[in-house]
Formats: sequence, structure tokens, C-alpha cells
Amino acid sequence: MNNWFKSGQPWIWLNAGAVSISLIMVFGLILLIGVRGLSYFWPSNVIDARYVLPSGETTRLVGEIDSVESIPRVQAESSGYEFDFESEKLTRYLIKTGNRDVTGADFQVVFADFVQDIKYPENLLVIERHEWGNFYGFLRQVKENGQVVAEGENARQELEARLDRATELHDRIMDIQKGEIGSINYQLERLRLEERALELDDELTPQRQQELASQREALNAEYETLRETMNELYGKIRRDSIVAETMSGRQIDIPMAKMVRIYYPNSMGVPGKIGFYFAKVWEFVSGEPREANTEGGIFPAIFGTVMMVLIMSVLVTPFGVIAAIYLREYAKQGLIIRTIRVAVNNLAGVPSIVYGVFGLGFFVYFLGGNIDQLFFPEALPAPTFGTPGILWSSLTLALLTLPVVIVSTEEGLSRIPRSIREGSLALGATKAETLWRTVIPMASPAMMTGLILAVARAAGEVAPLMLVGVVKLAPSLPLDGNFPYLHMERKFMHLGFHIYDVGFQSPNVEAARPLVYATSLLLIVVIIALNLSAIYIRNRLREKYQALEGG
Amino acid sequence: MLSASSKQGTSEPVMTRIDHSNLLMRWRMLKDTLARHGVAVGGLGVIVAITLILVYLLWVVLPMFQSASIDKVTDYSVPGSDERTLHLAMEEQALVGLRLTDAGRVIFFNTWDGSIRKIVPLPIPDDAQITSWAAGTPARRILAVGLSNGQVLVFQHDYQIDFGEARVEGGKPVREITPQIKYPLGESLLQLDEQQRSVTRLAVQSGEEATTIVGLAGEQQIQLLNIRREESFLGDDVTLEETRAEIPRTSRGAISHLLLGKEQRNLYVLSGRDELSHYDLFDKETPSLQQHLALFGGDQRVTSLEFLTGDISLLAGSDQGRVAQLFAVPEQRDSSKRELRQIRAFDDLNGAVQDIAPEYSRKGFLAVDGEGQLGIFHTTAHRTLLTESIADTLQQVAISPRARAALLQADDRLYFYHIENEHPEISWSSLWGKVWYESYDEPEYVWQSSSSSNDHEPKLSLVPISFGTLKAAFYAMLFAIPLSIMGAIYTAHFMAPRMRQTVKPSIEIMEALPTVIIGFLAGLWLAPFLERHLPGIFSLLIIMPFGLLLVAYGFHRLPDRIRHALPEGWEAAWLIPIVLLLGYASFSASPWMEATFFGGDVRIWMSEELGISYDQRNSLVIGLAMGFAVIPTIFSIAEDAIFAVPKHLVQGSLAMGATPWQTMMRVVLLTASPGIFSGVMIGLGRAVGETMIVLMATGNTPVMDMNIFEGMRTLSANIAVEMPESEVDSTHYRVLFLAALVLFAFTFLVNTAAEIVRQRLRKRYSSL
Repeated sequence: MNNWFKSGQPWIWLNAGAVSISLIMVFGLILLIGVRGLSYFWPSNVIDARYVLPSGETTRLVGEIDSVESIPRVQAESSGYEFDFESEKLTRYLIKTGNRDVTGADFQVVFADFVQDIKYPENLLVIERHEWGNFYGFLRQVKENGQVVAEGENARQELEARLDRATELHDRIMDIQKGEIGSINYQLERLRLEERALELDDELTPQRQQELASQREALNAEYETLRETMNELYGKIRRDSIVAETMSGRQIDIPMAKMVRIYYPNSMGVPGKIGFYFAKVWEFVSGEPREANTEGGIFPAIFGTVMMVLIMSVLVTPFGVIAAIYLREYAKQGLIIRTIRVAVNNLAGVPSIVYGVFGLGFFVYFLGGNIDQLFFPEALPAPTFGTPGILWSSLTLALLTLPVVIVSTEEGLSRIPRSIREGSLALGATKAETLWRTVIPMASPAMMTGLILAVARAAGEVAPLMLVGVVKLAPSLPLDGNFPYLHMERKFMHLGFHIYDVGFQSPNVEAARPLVYATSLLLIVVIIALNLSAIYIRNRLREKYQALEGG
Repeated sequence: MLSASSKQGTSEPVMTRIDHSNLLMRWRMLKDTLARHGVAVGGLGVIVAITLILVYLLWVVLPMFQSASIDKVTDYSVPGSDERTLHLAMEEQALVGLRLTDAGRVIFFNTWDGSIRKIVPLPIPDDAQITSWAAGTPARRILAVGLSNGQVLVFQHDYQIDFGEARVEGGKPVREITPQIKYPLGESLLQLDEQQRSVTRLAVQSGEEATTIVGLAGEQQIQLLNIRREESFLGDDVTLEETRAEIPRTSRGAISHLLLGKEQRNLYVLSGRDELSHYDLFDKETPSLQQHLALFGGDQRVTSLEFLTGDISLLAGSDQGRVAQLFAVPEQRDSSKRELRQIRAFDDLNGAVQDIAPEYSRKGFLAVDGEGQLGIFHTTAHRTLLTESIADTLQQVAISPRARAALLQADDRLYFYHIENEHPEISWSSLWGKVWYESYDEPEYVWQSSSSSNDHEPKLSLVPISFGTLKAAFYAMLFAIPLSIMGAIYTAHFMAPRMRQTVKPSIEIMEALPTVIIGFLAGLWLAPFLERHLPGIFSLLIIMPFGLLLVAYGFHRLPDRIRHALPEGWEAAWLIPIVLLLGYASFSASPWMEATFFGGDVRIWMSEELGISYDQRNSLVIGLAMGFAVIPTIFSIAEDAIFAVPKHLVQGSLAMGATPWQTMMRVVLLTASPGIFSGVMIGLGRAVGETMIVLMATGNTPVMDMNIFEGMRTLSANIAVEMPESEVDSTHYRVLFLAALVLFAFTFLVNTAAEIVRQRLRKRYSSL
């Protein structure tokens, strides 16, 4: 034993343990997010059970078992229950019972020992609604204009048929609201700004005024017709409703206009559930958020993130590459350049929030404020660029990721064997030509690596964006069908901020949590994929140069 | 190309081609030059843009530390007549000034040239003279005069502003400001002294519901008159209820100042040289003496006494140029009885302090002395922003409500000054020192940037949030350093190369993980989990190392046959299930431990037995989550450093008979230690600047407490929380910039140190 300690073997094992712990943490984290994120879309079975308290009080429980945990008996007893069995640990369920409009809460915490007669009725209906979260219960009647048209067994088919119609109508209403009416409002706002601009320049002649007025008239007329269509559609969509029974036996009316989708989880087979699963995944990545972001999709956040990262890439690549070429190829290598290199390197370690503060002060308030004074006086005092927006976010992140691109590109340039450069120069090419024709093409994978790493970093960065441009809910995307199509001044939604906002700022954290896991999973997958590709490119590159140098 | 073409063609085309080539050559050279300059400009531009960050942060921060400056607009002889000035005041825009004279006239004048706007004679009986005057809290603009017949008149100066287009007059924009005098208690005079003795000293406060007047009648008696508006239930009937009382005298000295707080509850009477009596007027019928003290211990005479805005602090000016701030603090530690005490003093004026004008919304004030000096001060920051000689002597000073202008009277001349004093509340001591704030029991470090109240004293100490930053970083490093360095040692030196190929990138990829995700998991998953398994996490600290050693010993005792059959360098892989098992055991034993040792609930046990409070989102959570985020950084750099130790050193050591572990400790680690150090430094930089994890996984309360079970607020989280609400260019905004600058400087220095160490190391390796 003593010898064994002297050999140092135990310490090596301890060090090995540290690696194991680190690995468990990494993969555990990814696994945790993966499992929770992916299970969000799965339609789990809904139980129908009796909940019998020791006092004999009995209630009915209808809902999904959201999570199971075990707690010490003492804690459970402190909440005022008595348990007549010998066990130190108790199992507790968190049951999603939905029906927030009826009961006031989405969840119910119950002790597993008191849950009796668990059944999975086939006809248990789940309705996803536009507001008030899920409904769990039983379908009783289908009504048209308040008149019962189907009851009992027939109701199920009737509901499905009519729901299709309602969903279609709902989509059309949303299209008109978001698309056409949004566009008219946008044009009206532009007219107002045009008028104000003319007024400021003292060029608002009665003639121009008349023109503007007539344009406005035309838009208003268009708006009126759209509104009529909308009213008509609203009338149609309000036609159908159902009567459903909740777990307490209460019958409530649910208009079909409020339904997103219905399903009977207990009667779904595995293929049905898989189909449902993918439909939900599709809704998640392509749909609009509902209910203060806690339900529905995250499309605007994905779109905003991608947009921001694209604009940032356009900004950061040329500047980063030029700076790297300057530092490596043109600048006289000496103490100053070495200092600059260290400084640039260290900027990568400066906290991102500092960039956010700089972006807010310099880009938003200073640059944006001056741009507004010069180019958009007609909108003042409402700021155009003098407020956080996607352009400033992209610029801030471009600055943040600049060191990443510079360092990576420089590394690529330094790895190119001298012989290649000298060969090119010896053949009579100028320095610029050598760079352009041989060095840069050879270093382009390194630039690519830098860009990928920059994108990966930018996609996950949240702190600076909170200051310079993200919002929890953007009314419109930064890219749309209204001239000039790309609206750089608009605020946008972002995946990372979405996680923060829904996870911590939302009123109903418990209900929103699965969605946050799903969003995290998406973000992690994207970022890990980006990083892996960067690593792959870098390794390929290294092998290539090693081969070059060897040959 | 050139030689090839000359061989083929005849002489003539060659010439043209050469010409052409010359042109081409020049064009190429031009391109080369252009590229050189273009790249240089671009490259340098990028570098300049990066340094712009530092420059801009400094540019925003520096104005905070500038002193105040004043700028004389004009001076003119006192508008009106040679009557004595009792009181000077200005309205919001500092365009109209007011002068109350001893002849009972209120003279409104334009501040920029002294021309008279309006003269309002006060309704004073012909046979009475003004013998005293008083001003209420400045924001309410209440004034009162006491008369020789024992009567008092309360009035208010008021300004109606027309917000239409500004008219330009004499090069100055003139908003149509109409000054007027109002009588909130009616134009009739109030009889303060029923014996009709003259009122020689006066104090007044008037609010919506009640008015209190305190006056010295006949140089003898201090009389109190309280008028309360009582509305009947229906609100249609208003009755005025009068209460009278006499305030008991405490000293024989002549009374020179009466001061009444805006709550109409605290009365201060100054008599003799510096004897101050404090009365509580809560019960208006029976005023009670609270304290009697000598303000300057008897060696200086009080020449001026005013409230600081908020009416909590008193400002007393002495004949030797000292201005002292006093407020009530507990008599002794933990005693409930409070007494007035001098908190801080300003000794920058030379002559006797003639007048003090507190700012309306900040805790600053102006003071003038008999030698003609003006001083601008701020109490919280304990900062003298300016002292400047204005005239031979000064008697009166008034400050505009926005603290942008001052009116100063020297004999029969009025001086009108603009004041540039944006950030008086910042000083080294207010940012980094303990400050005794109003209503606090002792000097403290506090961060509390805003509140709902208007005369709030901003508490901008960066100490609690800097402390929080270091605390968070400390716990994170406590978790990260051992794990990452041990991991690096094993991975670089003992691990099988094939395993290393996958292990290293897997841990490194953690570095790219968005911290918002780690923060989210820490706040919503880890924090509740730890709360439920608190004994488990601490037992894990003991179980894990011993368990691992036990497993290692078990392995050692395995028959050689089996031991040698297993490939070397894969210990980490085999340990994974064992670590999982130990972790599982530890956490599932947690409820049992909680029930057996801690009476069922460890949090209750801790607060009862140890007096430690427990927040769900605490430093332990931060330590684990941020440690997790920092591990890959340290691991990656340390692993590189250890791996890069020249192989011949290792082989030499092994060949001399050292065990692998001895080689590791005595040779490899020693050689690589600068690299490991630099990894730790960079990790520290990351932990200090991390925002999202601390924002999401702590309660963000700026407390100063090393308790691992309580949260903190860090510099970065503080910026993220408060920046969006902060008004541009306000002091708060600039302090947040300062916080950013501190973060920038700290991480930049730490990273530079690490980088230099690393480069040294690289050089050393290459020489080895």
C-alpha cells in the first residue's frame, strides 16, 4: 500500500478522474438538453385518475405527467399531509393539467401515493389554443352558430372537418393582417414622413400636399376594403364552436377560432405520434411565437439570428482579413507589431458586455443620433437609427469577432511555406500578385475557419445584444416585402436572448421551460456543427501544409 | 512570357509588345503599390477602430472627474432700489429672478440684464415693518415675512410658462414667463404672536394639508402656529384648524436661526455662538426637545444654517469658512436613540460663510463667504468642485432649480453666473470608499443607483459589485482550477494518444457553448437540483476522491494477468461509469443524510444552527456553472503547455529512474508552470467578464458577503441590468461606462500578463 502511494499511481488515477468528470459534464449537459429538448415535441399520454387525499377528499386528475421527483418525507409532511406508511422518500408528480382559463394554473403538484385508478381514455382530447395554453378534456358537442350539430361519436369527425376550415380562415386573416394591412400601415407612415420632410425643407406646396393627401386617400380606401374582408372572415370563423368537459366536470364552450390543433394522444399509435412529432418540430422552426413566446414557434428568432450573423460576416470578413494581411505580410515585424498582435489577441478576451456598452454609446447614441439628425430629421423626435437595431448589433458583434478572424487568418498565412511565396516572387510576380494569386487562395480555408468561429461566437453571444438591438418580440422581421426590403434600423429577435427572456422573464416559466430546452438544443446543434466544421477545415489544412513542407 | 513571345515574333511586334508589357508592368507596379497602401490603410484602420473602444470609454468616463466651472454672464446693480435684499430666487429656466426686499416688495427681473419685469408690493399694513423672513423648502417656493406687529404673511412665487414659440429679445430667447405671487392661505395676515410683539426670527413650511409657522416673538418666546386643512367627508366643506404652542427655550443665547423641516416635524433653533436645539413637533401642542448640542464645540460661530435637499441633513456655515454637514445617527451601535452628529465638513472657504444655497434635486450646495468667494460642494462625494473669488464680498446666493445658474449679491451689485457642474456626485471616495449616506447608521459600501423618490441620494459605490465579481470568479476558479489542471496533466501526459484525439476537442468545444445556455441550465435546472440535494454535493467532495482511490487500489490488486491485458492510458474511460456510480450514490443518499443529520431540511438546519441564510440562486451554483464555462479555457492552454514540454526532458527523467509521477511533478509541471499560470489567468479574465451566467443564476442583489449560499451582483450583470434604463450622459450612465472600463482594463491586463508569460515559455521551449 505504502509502495503503491510512493509510485504515484493513485495520483495519476485521480487526474484521470478529473478528465472523466469533465467528460461527464460535457456530455451530460448535451444529453440533458438533447433529451429535454427533443421530448418537448412528443405527445405523451394523458392520464385520467383519481387523487385521494388521506382526509378522504377526492378530486379528478386529467393531464400529462410532466416530471417525477422524490423528496424527503419530512419536507412533504411540513406541507401538512400525513402519511401512514414507512418510507423516507416520497414520489411527487408535476402534472400539466392545462385549462388555465378554468383553474387558473397550468400545473398541479401531486403525491404519487395518492393517485389511484390511472386510466388512459382513448377519447381524451387535447386542444392547443391560441391563448390560455392547452385544454385537456372530453369532447361533448359541436355547435354551429350556437346550435348543436353533432354529439357523442359523430362530434369527433365533425370537429376535425370544421377545424380545417377554421384553421384555413385563421391563416387568411393572419395573412391579411400581417401582409397587406402591415404594408398599408408602412406606406402610410412613409407618406407622413415624406410630408414632414417637405415641411422641414419648406417645400410643402399645396400641390404636393394634395398629391400626398390623394395617395393617403387611396391607401385608406384600400384599407377599408381589407377591413371589410377581414370582418367577413371574422364572422365566418366565429361560426363554429365546441362544448367540452373539463376534469372537474364543467362544460365549457371553446370557439374553433381559438384552436391551433387538436389531438387524442391516448388513441394515437406510434406512427401517428411520430407524424405528430415532426409536425410539431416543423411548427417550432417555422412558426410564429404565441402567448408571450411560451408557445408556438421561434421562426422570427432564427431569422433574426441568421440575418444578424450574415450582416456581421459581411462586415467582419474583409476587415479582419485585411488587418491580418497587413500584420503578417506588409507591416515591418518589430516590437510595435508584436505589441499590436498581443493586443488584438487579448481583445478576444475582453468581456462581451464591454463591447455592448461601447456599441450602445458609440454606435447607437453617437453615430445613430448623428445619422438621424442628418438624414432622418422628419422622423424626429422618434429615432430611426438612434435606437438599438440590427445594424448596430451586427457592427458590435463584428468588432467583437474581429480578433477571432484576424488571429485565425494570420495563423493561416504564417503556415504557408516560405518556398511558395519565394517561388512566386522569383517568377516575377509582384507582392500583390503573389498574395492575391497564391497566398490568399491557400490561406482561404484558414479565413473560412476564422469566419466560422466568428459566426459560432456571434450566434451564441447575448449580453452585448441586450444593449444594442434585441427585443423579446419584434413586430416585423428586418427583411420584408416593403421597400427598401432590408430594414437595418429595426430591432430583431435572437435565439440566445429568446432563451434568456422566456426562461427568466416570462410569467409562466414552468410552462415555457420545455420550449427553452428545445431552443437551447437548436442553438447548441448549430454552434457545435459550426465549430466541428471549423476544426475539420483546420485539420485538413494542417495536413495539407505538412505535406507541402515535407515535399 | 516575355522571352517566349520575343522568340516567335518579328522585331516590330516585339517592340510593341515590350511597350505593351512596359505599360502592363507599370500597371502591375501601380496595383502593387495600391495594394500595399490599401492594405496598410485598412489594417491600420482596423487597429485604430479597436483602440477606439478604449478611447471612447475613457471619453465618456472622464467628464465625471472634471471639476465644476462657472462662467460669468453679466453683472448689474441690484434691480429695484436700494432696499435691503432679504431673499433671492430663480425660476426653472433661470430666466426670471426674484428679489424680496425689506420694504415688502417682490421684484421680478430678467436675470441676463437685470431689467425689471414686475414689482409686486406685499399686502402689509402701513404701520408695520418687516422684521424677519423665511423660505420653505425651495421646490414649493413658499416664502413668509414676519412683521413688527406680530403678524406673518405667507406667500408663494409662481411662474406660468407659455410653451409656444420663443420670442427673441436682446439676443436671448424669451419664453413668455409670467411671474406672479400667490397666497396659499389667503391674503389676510396671520397673527403669530397674540401679544403683537415683533417677529424677529421666522421659519415656515406649507404643504397641501398643513402649514406650520415658527417665529421668535419679542426676542423671547418661540411661538408655533399650525394650520391644518380639514376636509369633511363629502369634500365640500373645508375648515381650518389652528394649533398654537410655545416652544421651551433651552439656552439664554440670542436666537439667530430657526429652521423647520419640510415634514413640519423637525425644528432646529440656533442660539448663542453655535448652540443647536432640536425639537420634535410631531405633536404640535407639546413640542419636545430631542437634543441640545454645540455644533462646532464652541470654537466657531455659526453664521449660516440651511437644510440639504431632502431636509434630512443640516448644513452649518461658520465664521471661519467651514461648512459642516450633520444628520441624525444612532447614539451608539444598535441603539435606537438618534442624535445629530457632524458627518463631514468642508474647509475650503476662508471668510465667514454668509449664505448657503442647496441644490434642488442633488445633494450639493453653493456657499459664499464674506471675502467674496463662491464654493460649489457635494456632500455624498465629499467633494469641493470649485472655489472662486467673485467680488470683494458676497452676502447672498441663489441657485436655479436645475443647478445651471447662480445669482450672487455683493453689496449693491448682482452677479449672474452659469454653472457647468454635471457630475458632482462622483469622487474617488464615493466610488471606492465607505460613505456615510443619509439615514444610514454607519459608513457603508452601497450600490443603489435609483429610486422612486426625487431627492434620493444616489449610492454609487463600485465596491459591492466589484466584490461580487471577484466572489463569483473566486468560486468559479475554486471549482475549475483543480479539475482543469488535473485533467490537463492526465490528458497531456498519461492518456493514450487515440483517446486524447477525441477527448481534447470534446472538452474544448465546451468553450464555444453559448453561456446563455449554461446560465439557463444553472438557474432553472442546477439551482433547484442543488437545493434538493445539498448534502449530496458536499458528500460528493469526500466520496469522489476516496472512491476513486479505492477503485485505483482495487485495480492495483488485480492479478497481473488481467492488469496487463488492459491497454494503458485509458483509465479515464473506465472511470466514467465509476464516477457516475459514485455521483448517483452520493445524490441518492442525500435525502437520507438530510433526514439523519440535518433534521430533514438542511436549509432550515443551516439557518438555525449556523445562522447561514440560503438563496436558491447562490454562489455555489455560480461556482459550478461558471467553473464549467471556464474549465475548457484553462484546460486547453494548460494541456498545450504540458504537451509541448520537450520529450527528451521526460525521457531523460524516466531514464534516470524517476517514476512517471515523479517526472510529472518534478520535471514536466515545473517546466510547464508558466503556461498553466497563463491558462489560469485567461480563465480568470473570462470568469470576471462573464455576464449571462451570473445574470441568470444569481439573485443579482449587490450584497457584500462571502457566504457561498448567497448570491451577488457583478459588474457585468449590473451593466446588463441597468444600462438600458440609464439616461444618456447622466452620472449613472457614465458610472456604468466606468464599470465597463474597469472590466476592460482588468481583463486586458490579466490577458496581457498571461500572453507575455506564454510567449516567454514558447521561447524557452524552443531553446531547450
